[in-house]
Amino acid sequence: MSDPVIRAEALSVVLDGRTVLDDISLEVVPGEVLALVGPNGAGKSTLLSVLSGERVPTSGQVLVDDRDVRTFSPLELARRRSVLTQDNSLSFPFRVIDVITMGRAPWTRTDEIARDGEAITSAASRADVTHLAGRRFTELSGGERARVSLARVLAQDTAIVFLDEPTAALDLRHQEDVLRIARDLALAGRAVVVVVHDLSLAGAVADRVALLSAGRLVAVGAPSVVLTADAISNVYGLPVRVVDMDGRPLIVPQR
Amino acid sequence: MRRAIVGAALGALLVGGILLSAVLGQFPVSPTEVVGSLLRAVGVANDWAPADPIAESTLWVIRFPRIVMAILVGAALAAAGAVMQAIFGNPLAEPGVVGVSAGAALGAATAIVLGVAAVGDYAVAALAFAGGLLATLLVYFVSRANGRTEVVTLLLTGIAVNAFAGAGLAFVLFVANPASREQIVFWQLGDLNGSLWHEVVVVAGVCVVGVVAAVLLGRRYDLLALGERNARHLGLDVERLRIASIVLVALLTGVAVAFVGIIAFVGLVVPHIMRMLLGPRHRGLIVASAFGGAVLILAADLLARTIVPGAGLPIGMLTSLVGGPFFFFLLWRQRRRSGGWA
Repeated sequence: MSDPVIRAEALSVVLDGRTVLDDISLEVVPGEVLALVGPNGAGKSTLLSVLSGERVPTSGQVLVDDRDVRTFSPLELARRRSVLTQDNSLSFPFRVIDVITMGRAPWTRTDEIARDGEAITSAASRADVTHLAGRRFTELSGGERARVSLARVLAQDTAIVFLDEPTAALDLRHQEDVLRIARDLALAGRAVVVVVHDLSLAGAVADRVALLSAGRLVAVGAPSVVLTADAISNVYGLPVRVVDMDGRPLIVPQR
Repeated sequence: MRRAIVGAALGALLVGGILLSAVLGQFPVSPTEVVGSLLRAVGVANDWAPADPIAESTLWVIRFPRIVMAILVGAALAAAGAVMQAIFGNPLAEPGVVGVSAGAALGAATAIVLGVAAVGDYAVAALAFAGGLLATLLVYFVSRANGRTEVVTLLLTGIAVNAFAGAGLAFVLFVANPASREQIVFWQLGDLNGSLWHEVVVVAGVCVVGVVAAVLLGRRYDLLALGERNARHLGLDVERLRIASIVLVALLTGVAVAFVGIIAFVGLVVPHIMRMLLGPRHRGLIVASAFGGAVLILAADLLARTIVPGAGLPIGMLTSLVGGPFFFFLLWRQRRRSGGWA
């Protein structure tokens, strides 16, 4: 296994006296998809924002390429990692192609600029938004906006990719597209960290799953090892059945 | 193609406006005399130049400085409006509406009453800048929440700042002597009358530097449209951009207000029209807004000083007369689109 690109050491986040993340240590290696799962309020999105360098932890530290993430300038960081947030709003009616092109902003004034056209075209086609290129972003549906934002993140073309609930607004087919994109990124040697709500989706896409509960890391490892009926029932407070589907766990609530 | 047409139209309007402004007025000067006088000034001897020294001094002492001032102030205010809308992420932000102009006017009026103005034009401009800066900072930090600006909070903050600055102006008016009073009323109404070359030079310096800086920051403003979080993830140093832009808005507004008073709504109307014509990309938008603002103020000033024979109307009154309903229209449309005062 290659050296980790992200190493989180004893992360804790306290907000208004409430412990949101409690002593979490985690590594992300190139070529893997790591899924963060857990109930609402478990701290998934907070962990993602700490790992991406957006939020400074109350204690502990995040190392990106063995370097404290706080020592990176915003631009340096933007060339190492991209982040898909759940914020798909836009203040002014830019065209879709302009929005995707914004993903190339970190590479302005570098040699990478030569790859702009190719990166944008490829990102748009992978996120299935090529046909939307001339439309105004503000006129799109929620799912279309989410895909355009994904295309923007893909165009940024970084070694580390964070995706915060990338499937939330999407229909079945586009959910599968996103999973395939995440897998392809990992195959190409990128490190992908993704927050997902659907445990079966997590089981299907991830190389490793990190299960969080009330700010603590309950377990991290291969999906079939972490996503057991017992662990999930405990964390979610809901009895579930886990069905094995071609070696991937499929989680069904007991009804 | 579209950019070329808009550019050509703005250029034609600007040249036409300059010629018309130079020709029209109480003392008639013919267009050929204007061209001739300009040519002579750059060292080309010609027959068109006016032989009458009164025509010559009407042009060079009264009309030309006024025209250049109108162009500079229009460009400064419209560019300031575009920058403000970019950092607030809201098309309704404008120096006049949210109280930056009023803050600057209060600063300038205070300079007059305290006698600082005797130090020179720069003192008035500096205090106007300080007042504008304070107002911008206040509005910005009060109306921002979670990286976005809510329209309601923005406008309510604007009301509060305008009310406070208005009260300040009223107080300054109250303590001032009659001569200063007249000058302070001038700030409340806005007027290009009596622009002098040495004032024009001050405004020109700030205006050129400010507009160029705004254009250079244009790409970053584009990223800011994605929201602060996404912009930061794309490598933008949002904090620095924000501070730089607030200073920029205060500089452009402050210097315009210091010498011509409050001219509201230019920063609202012009960037909005340019956005409709050219799209929201900020580089082109700021350049076009600067030219559009110049044309608008030039036209408004021409109207203000010719519409009633023998009397000059305050230009600020005229722009607000048009800008007020326009602002209302924008508000109504935004409300309808978002289904509430979001």
